[in-house]
Amino acid sequence: MSDIASNSFVRQDLLTERPAPVKTTGFVGLMRTRLFNSPTNILLTIVGALLLWFTIIPSVRFLMVDAVWSGKDRTACLTENAGFAVGACWPYIQAKLPQLIYGFYPEAERWRVNLTFVLAVVLLVPMLVPRLPAKGLNASLFFLAFPVVAFFLLHGGGIKGFGLSWTADLLQLFDDSIVNAGQALLTLSKTSTVAPLFWIVGNFIVLVGTAIYWLIFPLTWLRDQLLGTGQSVWTDFAITAAIVSLIAFVLGGGVRTGGRALASSVATFIAIAIVIKLMGLDHGGLPVVTTNLWGGLLVTLVVSVTGIVTSLPIGIALALGRRSTIPLIRIFSIAFIEFWRGVPLITVLFFATYMLPLFLPGNFTVDGLVRALIGIALFTGAYQAENVRGGLAAIPRGQGEAAAALGLSWWKTTSLIVLPQALRHVIPNLVNSFISLFKDTSLVSIVALFDLLGSLRASFSDPKWSTPSTAFTGFAFAGIIYFIFCFGMSRYSLFVEHRLNAHRRN
Amino acid sequence: MSTEARKPPPQIALKIRRFLGGKAGWNGVAVQFAFAAILGWIGYEIVSNARANLENQHIAAGFGFLRNNAGFDVNQTLIPYTGSDTFLRVFVVGLLNTLVVSVVGIVFATLIGFIVALCRLSPNWLLSRVGEIYVEIIRNLPLLFQILFWYLAVLAALPNPRQSISLFGIAFISNRGLVIPSPVGQSGLEPFLAMLALGIVAALVLRFYARRALFQEGRMIRIWPYVLGLLFGLPLAAMLVFGRPFSFELPQLKGFNFAGGSRIIPEFVALTLALSTYTAAFIAEIVRAGILSVHKGQMEAGSSLGLSRGTTLRLIVVPQAMRVIVPPLTNQYLNLTKNSSLAVAIGYPDLVSVFAGTSLSQTGQAIEIIAMTMGIYLLISLLTSAVMSVYGWRVSRSLGA
Repeated sequence: MSDIASNSFVRQDLLTERPAPVKTTGFVGLMRTRLFNSPTNILLTIVGALLLWFTIIPSVRFLMVDAVWSGKDRTACLTENAGFAVGACWPYIQAKLPQLIYGFYPEAERWRVNLTFVLAVVLLVPMLVPRLPAKGLNASLFFLAFPVVAFFLLHGGGIKGFGLSWTADLLQLFDDSIVNAGQALLTLSKTSTVAPLFWIVGNFIVLVGTAIYWLIFPLTWLRDQLLGTGQSVWTDFAITAAIVSLIAFVLGGGVRTGGRALASSVATFIAIAIVIKLMGLDHGGLPVVTTNLWGGLLVTLVVSVTGIVTSLPIGIALALGRRSTIPLIRIFSIAFIEFWRGVPLITVLFFATYMLPLFLPGNFTVDGLVRALIGIALFTGAYQAENVRGGLAAIPRGQGEAAAALGLSWWKTTSLIVLPQALRHVIPNLVNSFISLFKDTSLVSIVALFDLLGSLRASFSDPKWSTPSTAFTGFAFAGIIYFIFCFGMSRYSLFVEHRLNAHRRN
Repeated sequence: MSTEARKPPPQIALKIRRFLGGKAGWNGVAVQFAFAAILGWIGYEIVSNARANLENQHIAAGFGFLRNNAGFDVNQTLIPYTGSDTFLRVFVVGLLNTLVVSVVGIVFATLIGFIVALCRLSPNWLLSRVGEIYVEIIRNLPLLFQILFWYLAVLAALPNPRQSISLFGIAFISNRGLVIPSPVGQSGLEPFLAMLALGIVAALVLRFYARRALFQEGRMIRIWPYVLGLLFGLPLAAMLVFGRPFSFELPQLKGFNFAGGSRIIPEFVALTLALSTYTAAFIAEIVRAGILSVHKGQMEAGSSLGLSRGTTLRLIVVPQAMRVIVPPLTNQYLNLTKNSSLAVAIGYPDLVSVFAGTSLSQTGQAIEIIAMTMGIYLLISLLTSAVMSVYGWRVSRSLGA
């Protein structure tokens, strides 16, 4: 022991302290490593600081320091009255706020718009928070029930019938069109060179039409009987509820397992009945507010939410069609998608505004807003189809093959195995499409609908508020609203992306 | 006894089934029949309704209207045009205006986009934040909003021509647009252009020769001094011999407006500004992603081979990044071209504005005009995607796949 101790050197005094390593964290560290570590970097820092100085300072001055905060009309926002170089003219926004949010929606009815906004938020927030349960119920409420309720809230009006009469009306329309087509062929056969062919085909089509007429006759007869009674809505509702519940019961597995389907069907119909009763839809409903009175943020949100809700089913159908093995359906889907993706949205809106009315029967007028909505739904649907297709391509083939090995049909494989996984894959892409859809809604102002941007532009021409800073103020306000919505959505999509890739994080 | 393999049975019925109905077989055939019937029915409804509606509104279908006189003026034309020209010429004028604003927009968008991308990639913290703020703000505001902002707020706030802002005394910005000097050809123009063309051709030949020497014999030939000499020396010599090729006509303030020079209408300025800054934000993200996609090891491998930093970037990093960048970049160029149709909101006379806007309201030929407008945009985008698939095929081939 002593041997070792005598041979080895043991230091008795402490070493002098070495200087602390250069700090690389915190603000000082940041300055040292990322801002002032080389002459070039110092130069770049100065350039960046100058850029910020010449953009941030003037905007803050304009928005806050030099702004006018109260006043009755333009005189408050003029330099000679205010005594300084006036920045933003906020009283102008205050005066125009109702127009920017509701458009010309009647003042007494604006609670309906507010109620719709509240409903949307109440339904949307739980859906976006991943921890909360009952996503399926929530999604079906938001995507199916909410649009209908929102329509009757915003537009007003009531219903005259229910499922049965609507089905009868639709079938009758379809049948009339078939018979007309057959008759047109018959008249054509009198002048054409291939007359016999036309005659045969025409007669065949008329025959089919007549057969369908007699097939749906019980339905139309029942509808006419119902319209005769005073309580047409409720009788119709009861019959529809009974039939649909019965079908659900049988499809759900009959006596053994159908109870669940029956219960959910009955619950749905009870909910529908409550809504009808609450809103008084059976006797006229709320006063009608036609869509040409709608405007501002209301139109922006209506167009974007409708676009989101309708484009997704269209996109899924087209994406499945594009991957289908059936030639005609695949070709049609490819052509449809490539067509709508190849043209600018503005031409689509022109198409919907000027060309679509020509394609519909003459007695069939479509509201201007609805026309724009159709155009936007088709356009966005094509883009969503490509997103969904990306998700479908990302699912390994083995998933579908395993489902087929278990004996599931194509529909069950798609709806239970492939689609849920594919859609989960592409949620960030879908949200990004929604962001561009939200931005693109501003284009409806070109076809004479007053969305937020359209109302803003219209408010510029008010002589009561025309000052040099009016335009800048208006754009600042609308810009902040657009930015909050789009930035919020993009952050949410990043959040979902991180959550989905949690297993890949390192 | 022969051991030849038996031929498989022809299976004609199976092949027919496959051809007609895909993998789904006869079910597929049935589905196709139903689908075709529905499509046919919709098509019939559209045609018959359109015919009836047109008859009611007394509109004659067909493209005959293209030969009628347009009777309205267009405030920016690249080819001679007067109000008495035909609608067909209006179509061409609008198309050219769309193309010119797209090309100018694409040039500026690429420039700004690359600059912003370099800012975002810079090791300097402040500069990368500035780039990020730019991208976030621009991307989260609608394009139409930005176009209207430049047009209704910024350009409208500019002073009138008499107090216009002067850029070095040669260009003037006012609320009537941008006035720039216009070049006027002089006597020395033809020799100058000829020498320039000769220089370009000679430089290309030189480059071809140097590449072949490098790849086949392994000889490095430094050609850039000769290339510079050819590109600049030849035209300069021509200028010295034959005199100035062109002179600039400077704009002069006369009365209330400018005389001389060429005026760029404010709509064009606003549209170009908005389109290029908007698309630049997207291009910046694409370029950044492309450069980040090249693995760090590539740079290190390059320097371990003894290549300088610049050479590594030029020969190793950029070519690989370009493969990632080019397809989405083309997509952005296409988007810019399609977005230029928003010109209709501020009255820049592009295709949609003069043809689908003014001409449509004058003639009422909605079907023909909108079909032509959509067709042109569709043609442009299909051509672009065809070019891109050729590019993708070449890239995959050069990767040795």
